[in-house]
Amino acid sequence: MDIGFSEEQELLRDTARKFLDATCTTKFVRERMATPEAMTPEFWAQIAEQGWLGINFAEEDGGSGLGLVDLVVLMEEMGRAVMPGPYLATALLGGAAIRAAGSPLQRQEYLPRIAEGALKATLAATEANARWDASGIVMNAQPMRGGFELSGTKLFVPDAHLADIIVVAARTRDGSTMEDGVSLFVVPKDAAGLSVALMPSIDETRKLCEVHFANVAVPQAAVLGELHAGWPALVRVYDAAAVALAAEMCGGAQRVLDMTVEYAKLRETFGKPIGSYQGVKHKCADMLVEVENAKSLTYYAAWAIDEGAADAPLAVSMAKSYASDASRKVSNAGIQLHGGIGMTWEHDLHLYMKRAKASEVAFGDATWHRERVASLIGA
Amino acid sequence: MDFADAPEHAEFRREFRAWLEANLTDDLKVEDAQDSRVAPDRETLEKRVAWQKKMHAAGWVGISWPKEYGGRGASFIQQVIFDEEYFRAHAPILPGASAIGLLGPTLIQLGTEAQKQRHLPRILSGDERWCQGFSEPGAGGDLASLRTRAVDGGDHFVVNGQKVWTSGAHFADWCFLLVRTDPDAPKHHGITYLLVDMKTPGVTVRPLVLLNGHRHFNEVFFEDVAVPKENVVGKINEGWKVAITTLMFERGGAGGRDHVAQIARLVELAKQFPNRQEPSWDQTHVRQLLAQLMIDAQALKVTRLRGLTRRLRGEPPGPEGSILKLFGSELAQRIADASSTLLGPYATIDGATEAVPDAGRWAHRVLGARQYSIAGGTSEIQRNIIGERVLGLPKG
Repeated sequence: MDIGFSEEQELLRDTARKFLDATCTTKFVRERMATPEAMTPEFWAQIAEQGWLGINFAEEDGGSGLGLVDLVVLMEEMGRAVMPGPYLATALLGGAAIRAAGSPLQRQEYLPRIAEGALKATLAATEANARWDASGIVMNAQPMRGGFELSGTKLFVPDAHLADIIVVAARTRDGSTMEDGVSLFVVPKDAAGLSVALMPSIDETRKLCEVHFANVAVPQAAVLGELHAGWPALVRVYDAAAVALAAEMCGGAQRVLDMTVEYAKLRETFGKPIGSYQGVKHKCADMLVEVENAKSLTYYAAWAIDEGAADAPLAVSMAKSYASDASRKVSNAGIQLHGGIGMTWEHDLHLYMKRAKASEVAFGDATWHRERVASLIGA
Repeated sequence: MDFADAPEHAEFRREFRAWLEANLTDDLKVEDAQDSRVAPDRETLEKRVAWQKKMHAAGWVGISWPKEYGGRGASFIQQVIFDEEYFRAHAPILPGASAIGLLGPTLIQLGTEAQKQRHLPRILSGDERWCQGFSEPGAGGDLASLRTRAVDGGDHFVVNGQKVWTSGAHFADWCFLLVRTDPDAPKHHGITYLLVDMKTPGVTVRPLVLLNGHRHFNEVFFEDVAVPKENVVGKINEGWKVAITTLMFERGGAGGRDHVAQIARLVELAKQFPNRQEPSWDQTHVRQLLAQLMIDAQALKVTRLRGLTRRLRGEPPGPEGSILKLFGSELAQRIADASSTLLGPYATIDGATEAVPDAGRWAHRVLGARQYSIAGGTSEIQRNIIGERVLGLPKG
């Protein structure tokens, strides 16, 4: 038993922190989030060069072949910096779906280009029903000569406006279960009939889109992996992304706690630092408990997935559920303890609070994952 | 990062588990060892003393003590595995637990050779039992403000005063006691650490029965109690340092409590028990409640393991200690309270019923759980410790 990070992982954390401290200041974040790109080409090239985009891809696919525990280290640092742009969409959704479901040929076609920063991707699965289980995939892919025709609308798609390719989940047959009959397609964003519109979401650092498919024709070769059998791969993508987001939430929450403690030491009322009052001190203590427990569950979940442990799905839902609640509570408490200044646009807290809110509801919120925990422990 | 046992640790786990399976008889087993840390009656005590002797004969008592003092020199990780297996097997807390875990290691570190020779073998064998005389009516969270007085009587001290919350004093042969020997010194100085024979004239033990009827704690009164000076641990007036050593063993305890079994039992009850005309388990709020408890129990477990890793790596202790105490005690209370949500009026029945065979146990937990956030430093004090020592916030 050794529940800590390796020297290599600590080095990765160190390098990431130094790089992000230098290049991804909150000034940079604010400038970038005001633009549709939320990122600069130089920054994207730099993170590609450091191997972040292909961190979980196999080496033969142009990646670093590292595991989820390594990714967790990186995500904590990205959360701390509230890093803007389509990293989640490209590496952890679109890219991860191709890695999870794609044939060797398909992986070769896309993953090396994603890893080197030449191609951006995303995953379009969620629909107006906002469900995270298989019954949420309603959109149809109609077989037609030489391929399929996609019609329908996907919502809450991260950074689709920046993507070059979109992995789309659609129903290809009515199977015996909801899980059966879901297929994944790789569709170029410039396909005829495909249109993207930004949804005005509160977290401007990571934008959400509506993606419309009006009789979009795709060839047979666009089917990712096996026809009708896309759902299990999608679950693997969601589970890993949920853990990655949980880690990012831990990093963000830790930063909010640090900012709050710093402020509580300096800010005085009635002649004393506010941190000396138990009303403030005890709230800070509770924030630390939330952050530490969220980290614990996240690390365990990452390890469980890397090891293929039998309880990995349970561990994932425990982590995402806890982190979703914890990051909301911590960012809200951070604002509360800062008082009025915490409510202003000028202060950085809202960047974290908005990211926390967006992550809280992505890939299943706390309630959704608690129900999954219940069904697993009650089985 | 690796949550699995290394091969040699897995072997140690197998060995101890097999020994427990072969030797721990059903009449000794308890559903949750924390329900009664002190034996509820003398008959149970005698059985548990015999059990300690059996364990001792096989070399399973005080395993982390050095070999020269009768231990195995077990590593910290072995102690963790030992605790996990011990509670997993539903074994009861040993009558000698506080001496094995707290006093023994303190004497090994700071006791005289004569003290070690006299006491250590009897602690391990269970022949003598100890109680911890620290808390006083006016000195709980602020322990150093204790007022039990010891006056120099030449070759001995004369002790007068009162201790409270003394676990198991009614079964104890000896007491490790903090007294004030210099009332004029600043409060952390002028304290002395004594070993007191409970049979000394002037020692009176009075039960302090808890609101659930449990006899666990006592008040202990000292009236002109003579304690020989060879029973001072460490130096006179420097007992606070010794006390800190003992307290560090208390807070650094290896094996934490695992709440998973209790929650799993609640899930079982929820499935079987038709509260409000349908199995509770079919109700969303019950599923959400029990899932959250299980998530919190797992979080606590992993947070504890992360702290152990720090210790194993020789790093300074992290924030885990107070987090575990704060979060763990409140979790135990929430588990107890959840039983009322599930069982409805059965949760108020202090005994077995046909519908809920373990109703009485839950009723006791509902009542007894209140102590968790008080004993060993209240939750308010834990939040102060986290705020000040971990986060570095200024004192009030």
